[in-house]
Amino acid sequence: MPTFVRTDKCDGCKGQDKTACMYICPHDLMKLDMDGSLTGHAMKSFNQEPDQCWECYSCVKICPQNAIEARPYADIVPLGASVQPLRGTDSIMWTIKFRNGTMKRFKFPIRTTPEGSIDPYGGKPEADISKISEPGFFVQVNGYRAGDPSELICK
Amino acid sequence: MAEFGNPEIVEEEVDILIIGGGMAACGTAYEIGPWIDAAKKEGVDITVKLVDKAAVDRSGAVAQGLSAINTYIGPEQDPADYARMVSNDLMGITRDDLAYDLGRHVDESVHLFEEWGLPIWKMDENGERHNGAEGLPALKDGGKPVRSGKWQIMINGESYKWIVAEAAKKALGVDNIQERVFIVKLVNDKKDKNRVAGAVGFSVREHKLYVYKFKACMLAAGGCVNIFRPRSVGEGQGRAWYPVWNAGSTYAMAAEAGAELTMMENRFVPTRFKDGYGPVGAWFLLFKSKATNGLGEPYMVRNKEMLDDYPPYGQAQVPASCLRNHLMLKEMREGRGPIWMDTVTALAELRETLSPREVKHLEAEAWEDFLDMCIGQCGIWAGENIEPEKKNSELMPTEPYLLGSHSGCCGIWVSGPDDVGAPTDEEHPEADKIPAHLPKGWNWGYRGMTTVTGLFTAGDGVGASGHKFSSGSHAEGRMCAKSMVKFVMDNKDWVPELDTPVEELVEEIYRPVRNYLEHKDYTTAIDVNPNYITPRMLQFRLQKIMDEYVAGVATYYTTNEHMLELAEQKLEMLKEDSLKMRAKDLHELLRAWENYHRILTAEAHMKHIQFREESRYPGFYYRMDKNFVDEENWKCFVNSVYDKETKTWTCFKRAHKDLVDKSKLFK
Ligand SMILES: Cc1cc2nc3c(=O)[nH]c(=O)nc-3n(C[C@H](O)[C@H](O)[C@H](O)COP(=O)(O)OP(=O)(O)OC[C@H]3O[C@@H](n4cnc5c(N)ncnc54)[C@H](O)[C@@H]3O)c2cc1C
Ligand code: SF4
Ligand code: SF4
Repeated sequence: MPTFVRTDKCDGCKGQDKTACMYICPHDLMKLDMDGSLTGHAMKSFNQEPDQCWECYSCVKICPQNAIEARPYADIVPLGASVQPLRGTDSIMWTIKFRNGTMKRFKFPIRTTPEGSIDPYGGKPEADISKISEPGFFVQVNGYRAGDPSELICK
Repeated sequence: MAEFGNPEIVEEEVDILIIGGGMAACGTAYEIGPWIDAAKKEGVDITVKLVDKAAVDRSGAVAQGLSAINTYIGPEQDPADYARMVSNDLMGITRDDLAYDLGRHVDESVHLFEEWGLPIWKMDENGERHNGAEGLPALKDGGKPVRSGKWQIMINGESYKWIVAEAAKKALGVDNIQERVFIVKLVNDKKDKNRVAGAVGFSVREHKLYVYKFKACMLAAGGCVNIFRPRSVGEGQGRAWYPVWNAGSTYAMAAEAGAELTMMENRFVPTRFKDGYGPVGAWFLLFKSKATNGLGEPYMVRNKEMLDDYPPYGQAQVPASCLRNHLMLKEMREGRGPIWMDTVTALAELRETLSPREVKHLEAEAWEDFLDMCIGQCGIWAGENIEPEKKNSELMPTEPYLLGSHSGCCGIWVSGPDDVGAPTDEEHPEADKIPAHLPKGWNWGYRGMTTVTGLFTAGDGVGASGHKFSSGSHAEGRMCAKSMVKFVMDNKDWVPELDTPVEELVEEIYRPVRNYLEHKDYTTAIDVNPNYITPRMLQFRLQKIMDEYVAGVATYYTTNEHMLELAEQKLEMLKEDSLKMRAKDLHELLRAWENYHRILTAEAHMKHIQFREESRYPGFYYRMDKNFVDEENWKCFVNSVYDKETKTWTCFKRAHKDLVDKSKLFK
């Protein structure tokens, strides 16, 4: 399902120095056509290598204008279907449209804490340099499994 | 002013460079902070930088999200059980020291993910499933996860990477993170060729070339996809199972720096939903679905005696992954396709046993499995009008991938823990063939360090282990953080010096650009030119060679010594021609170097298959001239080193040893 950008919705991220879709695509596919010389649509983005798209939807989920959608690949999948998300801060809503018109909607949680709220070292101990060569991490959160020593047959 | 063809050169010196921003790198970024603070108190200041070719929020294999954490030991199981499972799934040849060490550490990372906000499904006291946002007790406080298998737990993982990245970015500080820089190669030290001193790469956004110098480096750039011709064609080609952006950079750069690789003959050929590559784990394990041939016969039952051909690996309760493919491929080869996942029966049966509340959730769970990690599969279901309760779906084994953290074990030979009884010497009839400069035994001081001084790796980079998955890769990255800090403290006065002048490095990296600028006006059509090759065509050539000669899908995963010999010749010429790649812009320069990394990775894979004179992974590949598992001669690691001057590989054996009792698997 390579992505495509709708001419009626993309605003080129309002001419900021980096667009959201270019920022996020892990495969460097989304490109802003500054002067329209590449697509005929100035200041709008496009997928510069559709056959390299992993359909990860990172760009679709991040676009502030919901301008990016994906079409199932034309060389394999019958036409007419779409899968479109709306990602909020704590959940994501999916709308799935089948070729035969069947619709399905799903909503799933994506996160239990507010975005940006992680305090990585808050309430955590300092590292103890005398333990740097021992197993275990600087902090223990009840997850270290020391194991039954008799299992180690060469020790 | 910097422009295309005339980049600005940025030279930087740090103590530790982290290459990659995936699960392993994020683990390192998180764990390293407090140890740096501790080192500072001892009078050692340590600077760190992380570089990623993409944006850490959505880079690497977890970009899309995941629907399960595949490695969670839990309080009831022992790290030794985990090491046993890893070993059997990978046909007996793994390093117990690495798997065991991972097993004891991994849950620590899972507990942090949950604290940071990752919703983890829970089972209540009545055995009912709840999504991860319904406020049941956390795992660290005794909450019960929903197991979709012995080791896997279900999550609502759309934002998995986003969450892990937030913690990593805050821990390291965004000023110490450079995104959109693709690292092309490591540079050895001037005085010690078995040591790394630097790395070079370029920005895909600005005309800037980066030269880093460092004391230690963590190379965690994932595994490798697209060295084989993918099953997808045309517009769908980007839809591989493995994310198309991990191009073997880890293995190629490590090899060129002189690091010892291990088990590069291993590959992963997952069986997935056809065309969309959708995951099957939850279908098999959570929904208890069965797979059948075209006649409706379950092939695991029909062909079960084939498992006895591969003792003991076929006889464990869960036979090795490759053997499950082996049983399926028989049906395909003998014309009894297609292979079906019987979703209709599975969902009907579940409806009979579950509570009404759970039935309501069941359909959503089935779709969420795809929406969290393989959205493209939903597009196929919707396009073909497939509702899994009404219509079954086809399964298909994919093209081969190389990786070390999923159900595969190729990668780099690293130093393991020294407290689990690992060998400290090499006892082996062919020990004298191991190049003398390489360490003996399984640990040489710094956990996670490769055989090249100062070079560390984790996740997909670490070979001979496997089954670490997202959580284990993060935990392994954390282990490296500690050992790199220790390494830098031990080497605080050492000053890195590059063995190659910066100008030479710049020329090399920009060669594809020069090729283009110099020759582009020779022809009217810029893509067809006798003086250069586009990265895209080079990739096609590589894929054709690998597919047809090195056991890709074209030959049903078969090869033999004669075919490998042809592959060897063709790959050599391809490597020569890689010098003629062109890049018409920064994006194509990225593709050029990705494909160079792919060629080296592919070559390593081919050489290892050639060296190992047996078929260790039936179902993943067959050497038809040696179509058996030879426990007597080949129950050993196959390792190799690459010489970047002569551009040649040396393969050799290392002894295998069990550190935990494997016979328990068969009791
Ligand atoms: C399709 C798929 C499904 C999976 N499903 C699950 C699952 O359900 N549960 C589970 O627990 N695990 C799952 N895994 C496994 C998990 O995703 C991996 O084990 C884990 O991501 C490996 O971590 P890593 O850091 O080694 O690599 P990655 O996370 O892939 O990170 C690689 C990083 O390197 C960067 N990079 C690559 N090349 C360069 C370069 N040359 N220069 C600079 N940066 C570079 C990339 O941008 C990325 O940041 C799955 C993996 C795949 C592929
Ligand atoms: S993120 Fe959306 S609005 Fe911004 S440039 Fe991309 S497509 Fe256009
Ligand atoms: S779906 Fe993913 S791979 Fe495709 S363009 Fe968007 S971000 Fe890139």
